[in-house]
Amino acid sequence: MPANRFNGFSDYGVGIGLRVAHYGHILSEKPVVDWFEIISENFMVDGGRPLHILDQILEQYRVVQHGVSMYFGSAERLNREHLKKLKRLVKRTQTPWLSDHLCWGSVDGRYTHDLLPMPYTFAAAKVTARKIRQTRDFLEVPIAVENVSSYAEFHASEMTEWEFLSEVVERADCGILLDVNNIYVSSRNHDFDPVEYLDSVPIERVAQIHIAGHSKFRKYILDTHDHPVIDPVWKLYAHAIHLAGTTPTLLEWDARIPSFGEVHEEALKANQFIERCCEKAAV
Amino acid sequence: MRKRSRRTSLSNVVVKKPPSKTQSKRELRDLQRLMASAVMRPLTADDGMQKRWVDGRSMRGFVAEFIKPNANLTSFERLEIYNRQYWFRLLDCLLEDYPGLRAILGDRKFSRLAVRYLERSPSASFTLRNLGRNLERFIANTPELTEPRHLQCRDMARLEWAHTEAFDTEAKAPVTANDLLGKKPTEIRFRLQPHLQLLDLDYPVDALLLSMKRDRGLRSDASNTMGRMRARRRTQIARLLRSEHVYLGVHRFENGVYYKRLDPLQWKLLNAIRKGSSLESACASALRAEKEPRDVDPELIQRWFQNWSALGWFCAR
Repeated sequence: MPANRFNGFSDYGVGIGLRVAHYGHILSEKPVVDWFEIISENFMVDGGRPLHILDQILEQYRVVQHGVSMYFGSAERLNREHLKKLKRLVKRTQTPWLSDHLCWGSVDGRYTHDLLPMPYTFAAAKVTARKIRQTRDFLEVPIAVENVSSYAEFHASEMTEWEFLSEVVERADCGILLDVNNIYVSSRNHDFDPVEYLDSVPIERVAQIHIAGHSKFRKYILDTHDHPVIDPVWKLYAHAIHLAGTTPTLLEWDARIPSFGEVHEEALKANQFIERCCEKAAV
Repeated sequence: MRKRSRRTSLSNVVVKKPPSKTQSKRELRDLQRLMASAVMRPLTADDGMQKRWVDGRSMRGFVAEFIKPNANLTSFERLEIYNRQYWFRLLDCLLEDYPGLRAILGDRKFSRLAVRYLERSPSASFTLRNLGRNLERFIANTPELTEPRHLQCRDMARLEWAHTEAFDTEAKAPVTANDLLGKKPTEIRFRLQPHLQLLDLDYPVDALLLSMKRDRGLRSDASNTMGRMRARRRTQIARLLRSEHVYLGVHRFENGVYYKRLDPLQWKLLNAIRKGSSLESACASALRAEKEPRDVDPELIQRWFQNWSALGWFCAR
């Protein structure tokens, strides 16, 4: 199920996140990369270098937008100014789908700039799904929501995280950006089975997959995106691909960023799992 | 008549107890207000979460009312992860955007200023780019946090915010000769590029920032070099921050941000243009504002305009 209505019926393979540290290399060497994911907020500006660079990238590469501040799960209304800026960027990039996180982060107009965990309740799912629908209707582009890494759980929760994710995406009729590293991190922090998570989500809604590295501390794991992907996360990725079929896949590396070549090489490891999946499908 | 809803500051919202359930949007908002208030409270001196809630209750007991513990972490420790991440992320952002202010204040005082600022003026924007928007005003209203270099800090905060604005504010199509064809000077009205920031400073903080930028280019990992540079920096700060009136244009050219010192008359002229005056009346009002009457060669003004045009500072109205 590589192309579906949640990713604009696109055929994207393995991409990497576009980061400032690699601008020079990308623009001068023009490496072959299937697609880049950009952080929308970094380009929701009115001019200057960010848009100049983006336009050069768009001349040569396919770009997908990924956001960090829509906060679909916040109880407050969507910010119209934010949406207008986002729509201007959507028109510029022609992103086939747009993703953001299943989380909250602002309240009363004040922003924490973090991806805070949701209480897994039906009321929260309803609020969240409504905002996703409103966003999709305004932006006129398919939306995929990403499961976040979390470090806390609420007493108020009425269901598991994967049940909540399913409830939201079914109500919103939107896609899923399945972050297998986040599933791994949260499974260790909250002691659940990550395979059960993967087996339980509506897999036909998966628009994209994220892979990344993280940092292990004595009592918990932090989603830091500053290491290569570890084997248990690759195993989860293989399982996700087995369930979902070939799916647009993106490696995130946001801190202590190594050379472009190193990041790209790490991302391309995903191809071996995709190829294996294709071989099985052909048999 | 429907009342207009007012933005509520988190500092004004004291959530006394966690909602017992989250079965409505209102209860969800209450829970989020509560958690945001906790996450955005300043850390202790050793970067931990405060041990008491705003009403004096034990934080451990309070957090346990809405956050589950697990086998490895208490409810308090789990929420503390978010509390720490909030402060580390936002302080890092201010450190990155305000290196000059940090150089004047030193690490400890800068950190204290930043925490107090974020407490008073939490982010109201979806982007961290706007985090320092109110910093200059905050410094102006809390001089005790930046003494004895209060005025220098204020000027530096203005310059560093102007730098942010110049970096990515819109650039409109520059004015062309065709736009001026057949117009009399009384009719010619330029508009300044939105990214051009005009500053009137009491201290040469631009020189300090430029000097820091040069030093970054020379930076070496060798500790003795770093030590020498730090000593030199202290001398530089003292020398560079002697009172001196500076008129400055902070602008973007070919996607780089530049600081251009301006003559007081140039600065007045550009300000009059920004306010919408015609070319002729801008020149007249700028000359009138001079403290001492001054004969200005029209060719000199023409050269200024040629230079500013070459920098793309004018756009069509």
